[in-house]
Amino acid sequence: MQLHISTKDGMPIYVQIVNQVKYLVAAGRLAPGEEIPPIRTLAQQLVVNPNTVAKAYHELEREGVVTKRHGSGTYISDNGSPLARRERVKIITQRVDALLAEARHMDVPLKEILDLVRGRHDNLQSKEGK
Amino acid sequence: MNNDPAPIEIKNLSRRFGAKPALDDVSLTVPRGCVFGLVGENGAGKTTLIKHILGLLRAEQGSVRVFGLDPVANPPGVLSRLGYLSETRDLPGWMRVDELLRYTQAFYPNWDEGYAESLRKQFALESSAKIKHLSRGELAKAALLIALAYRPELLVLDEPSSGLDPVVRRDILEAIVRTVADEGRTVFFSSHLLDEIERVADRIAMIVNGRVVLDGALDDIREAHHYLTLRFPKPQDRAPLLSRALSVHGTGHEWAVLCNGGRQEVIAQAASLGAQVVEQRCPTLDEIFVARAARKQDAGKGAS
Repeated sequence: MQLHISTKDGMPIYVQIVNQVKYLVAAGRLAPGEEIPPIRTLAQQLVVNPNTVAKAYHELEREGVVTKRHGSGTYISDNGSPLARRERVKIITQRVDALLAEARHMDVPLKEILDLVRGRHDNLQSKEGK
Repeated sequence: MNNDPAPIEIKNLSRRFGAKPALDDVSLTVPRGCVFGLVGENGAGKTTLIKHILGLLRAEQGSVRVFGLDPVANPPGVLSRLGYLSETRDLPGWMRVDELLRYTQAFYPNWDEGYAESLRKQFALESSAKIKHLSRGELAKAALLIALAYRPELLVLDEPSSGLDPVVRRDILEAIVRTVADEGRTVFFSSHLLDEIERVADRIAMIVNGRVVLDGALDDIREAHHYLTLRFPKPQDRAPLLSRALSVHGTGHEWAVLCNGGRQEVIAQAASLGAQVVEQRCPTLDEIFVARAARKQDAGKGAS
């Protein structure tokens, strides 16, 4: 599990950990049932306060993304998929919003964007077909 | 266990050097098991405060208690439970690293030889190297090693990574993280590097001209502050007056506002001036600090 902590953009560190774990689950890079590192290990790896990691894990547990198993460790929840779907839509929505904002600045009309998306999609599919 | 006195408890501490107030009515509590970051510019009073904790300075007004003890009246009681890394790392240059370890060990019955040896290897310090031949980074690591090796309950670090390169800084921060992670010990450290405070501290106090201007859990402080960007329909010659803002800066159409609470008031006032909020986010600790420090200077100018 590779996370990247930044102190430049003003987002609290525990929120960064929560968001990135969710992202990794949504992207399929953390599978249901997979164990995530113990709090102390991750704290040392990221060089952040262990209490911050504990807070992030607590929040992830509260939201049902991870499950603590008694006396063993912390695992990605088996029922992570509905949340993963919601998260996936959320992530894509953010990307779409950024794309639309940029398109508006550059005076590119919506129809052109849609054509472009379709064109790129076809392009990708024909590549995968080969 | 919970009735044990806090590792550090400072009440209404004031100190003057001549006419200049160095500390002005400072009150702080450092709870057990936390990493407490003391933030401030050079000359703000951080080292003076630490000297009071170590019992090197007597409280002129107010009180200082370390584990419930007065560090001036009871130095052995306090210093045996406290590890200290000074900003100047005063180590005897003529000793070798192994001599330094043996020498320091003599003062501390709790010295853990195995731990000292593992830290020495981890910090890549040669036993036979002379202290005066160590690099700046090695010197810092040697000083940290002898502050950690008797496993003190409270670790006090004055600017632990000032003047060090990023690799050594990381080693030192890792040692801080490991100290609290493995053993639930308390760390109190001062720094003007907000990036490292933000990474490892869970509570902070911000000190400006000898006064504590902010004190609390880092996440609470961050979440209470807001950074807004306002856009005006016409360029503004001077900063808009917003009563709840800590700082306002910008030019022309766009002005950035930092506030502590009162976000709705700022938005309402901005709207009444015809401005629109075009961006909102959490400020970085750096931005909060700069806004607080600048505000204090302005207040000083107004009074004189």
